[in-house]
Amino acid sequence: MIEVRDLVKRYGDTTAVDHLSFAVEPGRITGFLGPNGAGKSTTMRLILGLDRPSSGSALIDGLPYRDLRDPLRYVGALLEARAVHGGRSAFNHLLYLAQTQGVPKRRVSEVLELVGLSGVAKKRTKGFSLGMGQRLGIAAALLGDPKILILDEPVNGLDPEGVLWVRQLLKALAGEGRTIFVSSHLMNEMAVTADHLIVIGRGKLQADMPVGQFIAQFSDTAVLVRTPEAEALRAAAGERGWTVADTDLDGALIVTGSTAPEIGELAAARGLVLHELTPQRASLEEAYMELTRETGEFAHRPAPAWGGADGRA
Amino acid sequence: MAARDSVMTPIATRDAGTGHAHFGRLLLAEWTKIRSVRSTYWSLIALIIAFLFFSWLFPYLTVVNWKQASPEQQANLYLDPIGSITGSGLFIGQLAVAVLGVMVTASEYSTGMIRSTLLASPHRVRMLAAKSIVFTLLILVIGEVIAFLGFFIGRQTFKSLVSVDLNSGNVREVFGVGLYLAMLGLFALVVGALLRHVAGAITGIVALLLVISNLIQLIPGRIGKYLYTYEPTNAGFVITAKRLPDNFLISSWQGYGVFALWTAVLWALAAYLLVRRDA
Repeated sequence: MIEVRDLVKRYGDTTAVDHLSFAVEPGRITGFLGPNGAGKSTTMRLILGLDRPSSGSALIDGLPYRDLRDPLRYVGALLEARAVHGGRSAFNHLLYLAQTQGVPKRRVSEVLELVGLSGVAKKRTKGFSLGMGQRLGIAAALLGDPKILILDEPVNGLDPEGVLWVRQLLKALAGEGRTIFVSSHLMNEMAVTADHLIVIGRGKLQADMPVGQFIAQFSDTAVLVRTPEAEALRAAAGERGWTVADTDLDGALIVTGSTAPEIGELAAARGLVLHELTPQRASLEEAYMELTRETGEFAHRPAPAWGGADGRA
Repeated sequence: MAARDSVMTPIATRDAGTGHAHFGRLLLAEWTKIRSVRSTYWSLIALIIAFLFFSWLFPYLTVVNWKQASPEQQANLYLDPIGSITGSGLFIGQLAVAVLGVMVTASEYSTGMIRSTLLASPHRVRMLAAKSIVFTLLILVIGEVIAFLGFFIGRQTFKSLVSVDLNSGNVREVFGVGLYLAMLGLFALVVGALLRHVAGAITGIVALLLVISNLIQLIPGRIGKYLYTYEPTNAGFVITAKRLPDNFLISSWQGYGVFALWTAVLWALAAYLLVRRDA
């Protein structure tokens, strides 16, 4: 279990992490989300003892990382930035890490096999692609068979097969009761991987809840309705203060601000015929965009139109 | 599904060992790190070849040109034959040791390796100590081996002019070659750890060795003598010399002690900053 308590990290005048508190529980995958510059990587570095907090603490099963006696058997970490010497072979990189904790040499070959790098184990990592580097980082994280995994953008640079592999691996590890804390900016990946979400923006906690609850809370409920009596339904919904919009689908309406049962009951009360009544599931991406719209570090302006219709740039 | 099999099997057969990351394990791990990069081999090969080659070349040229040599030069050789053998090789070889010492620490920062290192050994001072011991011992062993090899090569080359024998009075000059190189290596390692930048640290230490150490001789008076004597590399170098430079204020062993003290103080500062700074 990872506990972050009132954690603050300042760099000069900027506050990268601002009184952050949360806990990452074992046995599930906790996704760590936030826009660029929100402080995700910094928070992970603070948990891992690489950076010193300005105040507050980050504890691993009650201990600061720096006090762990055999850290690699406790915590496996993959950092976003490259953390290998390009002149050293993949095998020797892992061998060094293994020797610091007395992890047997055969475990090095085992994790190389696991991530699919056995064939290039003796090659210097300088020539590795982004995806291979990522696999080596995952191998390093798994080396000590840790109870806790902290992974910063693990699927970055992986091909679709690799993405699927990481997803299955994380689920299998969480299923064994391990603590998995994983950051990603790929919302669709998070939606199918994570059980729980911690969302930060500008270094502050925005949300800490299960994925389902997050989607429900931060997106408008929308219901697709098909009816031959569109105008009557539109009027009835308007009386209740619900919004009705047309869709591209012929004759279908989207009702927001209400739920499917409420719409069904309204239609029954007014004697309106419904052909379809389907709640629309908002995606994690939509919920996330809704939440971070105001808190993002980099507010996106609409893309400029290059070259107007009148030909002037 | 193939991917699924590869996920499942290793989890079932894991054996990640036991026990904590103690000092002995860190020593072994740092040794693995040093021996698994090519810069170590290139630097050490440069050191060995340069030192041994010059241990032969300078005596050889002396022998060949003996008749043209001035009486002063001839007298110099009789006074300090060991210095003639080891001096020029040491002058070149020390650069290889300095560069390698810097690489051992500073390249961890340039490559990002330091993050892996500190995740594995978050007790940072212990890691720095392990690294320092492994590297210093490596240079000490190689330094002593080439010192005595070079000495015997030079002695054979000089045979027709002068016979040089090791005795309790001059063995320190040969043994001092390894001692000087080992301390210089540790000094460079510490500079690399302080500056965390390969090019900057190499520039700094080469400037100290080749420029600053000599330039401060030009400062007149007692201050100049003090600065010259207590400049770390000048102070350390006299452990290899028969005669002390004219403006040198202390003995050979005291000089070496000054070099060691400089290194120790900077090591403590590097350890303190390593713990304080973000990696």
